[in-house]
Amino acid sequence: MYKGGKIIVSLIIFIGIFTIPFFYNMGKANAGPDINLNSPVIQQLADKQCVEPTEFMRANHMQILSQWREEVVRNGQSVYVNSQGKSFEISLQNTCLKCHTTEAEKAAKTGGTSNSAVNASPQFCASCHVYTAVNPNCWDCHFEPKGAMK
Amino acid sequence: MFEKALTGSKKYWAWIIFLLAVIAVGFFSYLKQYSYGLGLTGMSRDVSWGLYIAQFTFLVGVAASAVMLVTPYYLHDFKKFGKMVILGEFLAIAAVIMCILFIFVDVGQPMRILNVLLYPQLHSVMFYDMCVLVGYLTINLVVGWTTIGAERKGIPSPKWVKPIIYLSIPWAFSIHTVTAFLYAGLPGRPFWMTAIMAARFLASAFAAGPSLLILLALVVRKVSKFDPDPGVGAIQSLVKIIRYAMIANVFFYICEVFTAFYSSVPEDMDAFKYVFVGLDGHTSLVPFMWTATILAFVGIALLIFPTRRNKILLPIALLSIFLANWIDKGIVLIIAGFVPNSFGRVTEYFPTSNEVSIVVAIYAIGALIITLLYKIAISVREQNQN
Amino acid sequence: MSINRRQFLRRAGIVTALGLGGSFVITGFRGKKVDAASEYVSSKKGLVAKHWAMVVDMSKFKTEADFKRVIEACDKIHNIPDIGNPKDEIKWIWKEDFEHAFAGGENEYLTEHVKESPFLVMCNHCENPACVKACPTGATFKREDGIVAMDFHRCIGCRFCMGACPFGARSFNYRDPRPFINEVNPDFPTRTIGVVEKCNFCVERLADGLIPACVEKSNGGLIFGDLGDLNSEVRKIISTQFTIRRKTEFGTQPSVYYLVGGGKNV
Repeated sequence: MYKGGKIIVSLIIFIGIFTIPFFYNMGKANAGPDINLNSPVIQQLADKQCVEPTEFMRANHMQILSQWREEVVRNGQSVYVNSQGKSFEISLQNTCLKCHTTEAEKAAKTGGTSNSAVNASPQFCASCHVYTAVNPNCWDCHFEPKGAMK
Repeated sequence: MFEKALTGSKKYWAWIIFLLAVIAVGFFSYLKQYSYGLGLTGMSRDVSWGLYIAQFTFLVGVAASAVMLVTPYYLHDFKKFGKMVILGEFLAIAAVIMCILFIFVDVGQPMRILNVLLYPQLHSVMFYDMCVLVGYLTINLVVGWTTIGAERKGIPSPKWVKPIIYLSIPWAFSIHTVTAFLYAGLPGRPFWMTAIMAARFLASAFAAGPSLLILLALVVRKVSKFDPDPGVGAIQSLVKIIRYAMIANVFFYICEVFTAFYSSVPEDMDAFKYVFVGLDGHTSLVPFMWTATILAFVGIALLIFPTRRNKILLPIALLSIFLANWIDKGIVLIIAGFVPNSFGRVTEYFPTSNEVSIVVAIYAIGALIITLLYKIAISVREQNQN
Repeated sequence: MSINRRQFLRRAGIVTALGLGGSFVITGFRGKKVDAASEYVSSKKGLVAKHWAMVVDMSKFKTEADFKRVIEACDKIHNIPDIGNPKDEIKWIWKEDFEHAFAGGENEYLTEHVKESPFLVMCNHCENPACVKACPTGATFKREDGIVAMDFHRCIGCRFCMGACPFGARSFNYRDPRPFINEVNPDFPTRTIGVVEKCNFCVERLADGLIPACVEKSNGGLIFGDLGDLNSEVRKIISTQFTIRRKTEFGTQPSVYYLVGGGKNV
């Protein structure tokens, strides 16, 4: 290999720099996301289940949200009948956030911009999404819970 | 082969650095626009397309004009164009990339632009526009790179390139026809809804594109040892094509003006009145339109008479024709389409400085691509000449 | 190993393509499992129709307050921003004078009074909409009940629909609208910069069994109903009285009819 020595040495240095984050965090106990499933509304529910069972929602809430969006906006179907036969109104603001919000947020202000970098997700969403650094842009348009005024 | 673009004289690098500086300024302007919104341009609720789409419209024509070299050379064995075809194909690549960039900066949600391919709507002309533009870019990249690569190795081009080259001929016509259909199919815009829109687009493209190409060829002749037209009359043959294309273009325009004013239908006359004499006291496009008209006739005249062989007057003629078409398609056509608006009112459009700096930067990107690609082509040719 | 640059790049490219392609195939297989035993149905309280249409009876709009009430009803519930300049403005329903709303066919002998008579204009929810034809992503689409709806999630902001609409009914978010919303309605989303919007015949209210907000506040000036229902008020008015529509020569078949001569209550 032409200039093989230099190339192999540079490759090793590059891989070393590239994997620094992994080595830096090796062995450290890193807390997972702190998700609060105990909002007042959830505590008052008789049957503490989301639209679908928790495990399913954990894995598939993105798909559910996409499907909901497609069905209500484009197909005019505004009711979701879940796998157990229970009906839900399809609405991010009025269904999902009815449970997954805290009193403090209800009184909080919406940001005066539609920039989702400024408009933080409600605490429930943010607790995972900040941890995973995946920023959904729902809050560019959709509001956090009722009562939030400019 | 790309390494050939990375070596050059001091003037070459000075030019590249200048272009990069212009691009950097435009890039920052775009970041401002991305965060504030398109309100940072001069576009409004009434004039919803402005300089960006106008430049896109004009440049699609320039891109299509490569076919004016490819067809005679490959389809009709017109050998004189042999040395110039690659310049035409590389110009087409730069023009199409500029088109795509102009669309990107014009769109309100650029990060969603793939929705056009993810949710294709077969009834939308714009969907087809994206398809044909990307296809044309691919064709020219493949053909241009392969032919110049084969030339560098001193062997004839591989056989599979021929069908792709033949494909590029109708494809070039299609990109500009589809772009014309964007405008010609809209019911509420009488200035645009004319059956000869596609014909006008093609005529102006085949005048403006080759004009630019000859001017670039003259530059190539000056800055390098490679001569795209070593006395075989390629340039004069192309001048013939430009001359008749421009005459056709002006004739089509006269047809439009006649139809509008002889019929005296108010909606058809209004936009023409706006560009030639002003409407309701609004006259911002009038100087542009008359400049374009005068330049068009001057250009045609200079190309008809023996002045077309004059070393100084030929570039002036070509520049006149290029500018006349640029003003007509790149300024007047799009903006006047929105005048008067659907309520019969006139809203004028004035580009902002931020908008202009983005436009200039995209042109600089085009110039950069042409510089790099031409440098490669020139280096290969110069090498083979030795 | 003697491999030249081109071969190396070619092999690296093939391996990358295989890797990416393979990963797409795997996620493709995985993605299928999301459809649990669930279904989507329409709301039982929603209003349904074969063809929603509106009749505008301008004789019921006598004072400035009548117009303001109706326009503000729409602006408030839909979080329409008040940008304050005609360049960036957003409007879903507004007042336009006769001469300009029904532009074309200038009659120089019309009195100024008639030329300046105010009319309420909005998206016409055409049967053959030019905007839907133009939209490259299907972000604007025609529902089965005739409403031309907007999917703000899909809109790329190309504004082709704005060029196509012969009625000037569409607005574009040239700026971030949120700072300009006077009174936020938290039950309806705002839009974001870079998307086109227009009157939506209050589809969200229809799904809840309510008539459009402008109709509700119009005191009989706006009549809303199903043209496909022979017994609806709009059908009766349109088939018995003289109504005009804007720019019918373009063949888009608007669904907003303007009553001529004032309504005797049907």
